[in-house]
Amino acid sequence: MKKWDDNKAWFMVIPVFLVVAVSAILPLMTVVNYSIQDIFGPDNRIFVGIEWYREVLTDSRLHDALNRQLLFSSLVLLIEIPLGILIALMMPKKGWGASLSLVLVALPLLIPWNVIGTIWIIFTRPDIGLFGAAINGLGIAFDHTGAPLDAWITVMLMEVWHWTPLVALLAYAGLQAIPEAYFQAARIDGASTWATFRYIQLPKMRGVLTIAVLLRFMDSFLIYAEPFVLTGGGPGNSTTFLSIYLVKLAVGQFDLGPAAAFSIIYFLIVLLFCWLFYQVLLKVGTGDKS
Amino acid sequence: MTLEWMAWTMPTAIFFITIGALLVSMTIWQVKAPSVERKGFLPIATTPGDRLFIGLLGSAYIHLAWIGLTMLNLWIAFVIALIWMIVLMRWG
Repeated sequence: MKKWDDNKAWFMVIPVFLVVAVSAILPLMTVVNYSIQDIFGPDNRIFVGIEWYREVLTDSRLHDALNRQLLFSSLVLLIEIPLGILIALMMPKKGWGASLSLVLVALPLLIPWNVIGTIWIIFTRPDIGLFGAAINGLGIAFDHTGAPLDAWITVMLMEVWHWTPLVALLAYAGLQAIPEAYFQAARIDGASTWATFRYIQLPKMRGVLTIAVLLRFMDSFLIYAEPFVLTGGGPGNSTTFLSIYLVKLAVGQFDLGPAAAFSIIYFLIVLLFCWLFYQVLLKVGTGDKS
Repeated sequence: MTLEWMAWTMPTAIFFITIGALLVSMTIWQVKAPSVERKGFLPIATTPGDRLFIGLLGSAYIHLAWIGLTMLNLWIAFVIALIWMIVLMRWG
């Protein structure tokens, strides 16, 4: 076959393969080894088989963390996708206003994740934080360090503030790519703003919105730094998501075996979503709806 | 370089050697007889490499479901996963 005549290009992949082998494959193998042993020290370990997997899979705290994670990711999508589209629709399409709004909208994306958590700790403090003090000034008791609901509201606000710009920018790119002829035809037919959005803009944004949904789902599913800095998983365990629980298990309690088994399960969940993400991306724009 | 820090055991060594052997065999097979995408019972067109990946991922989930939902012997899950792999590679 023609395409297999020259395979020399594959040698170019060797450096990447070596880097991935050292940075990912060897650690993954080690985690698998740890997940079936009780590790007390480098020379003191006992083979336990699937015991850690059984313990982790029947652990109610893991189930709670997974439910919290799914709820969090679902809320992220429910809020960020419509809000991102709305912002994109409201952004100027041309002129200096378009450039300025693009820069302003993109600003939260440029801030390091742990700094985001610190900003929101200060912003929502009931004594000196602008948001916290203002809410308390209205007579509503708000304290994200003591009340689980307040902690969730704060984490959601932070997440929406941080990542809705990404959805807005993707939706904006999708909107800009729609030829003007579609809007001219809609105007000639006397289509309302809603009808134009429903039957022209929304279908034309399908590709970028698919990418936005999958990116935001994946990213929110792996979230760690921002809620860890902001709430540390508390109060209680109310904002302990999967990655925070994993770190508590591995570094806090030093339960390396269960943490390794948990890591493998977490990895398999993420791998499944990554594969689905990849499959959808392959289909986007090809007209294949299977 | 000692590999003591990786905490190897015989079962994990056999597991990874099997996965490695599968990947090497598939690569040799691909070079000797280049594969083409085909459509089986899966909703997408797949190459043998795709089906191997889906099969391994599915097998992992079969084992996890078995451990999480039953107290039965894990070898039963292994046989089910093996059947799943054969069916997928042949008709997937």
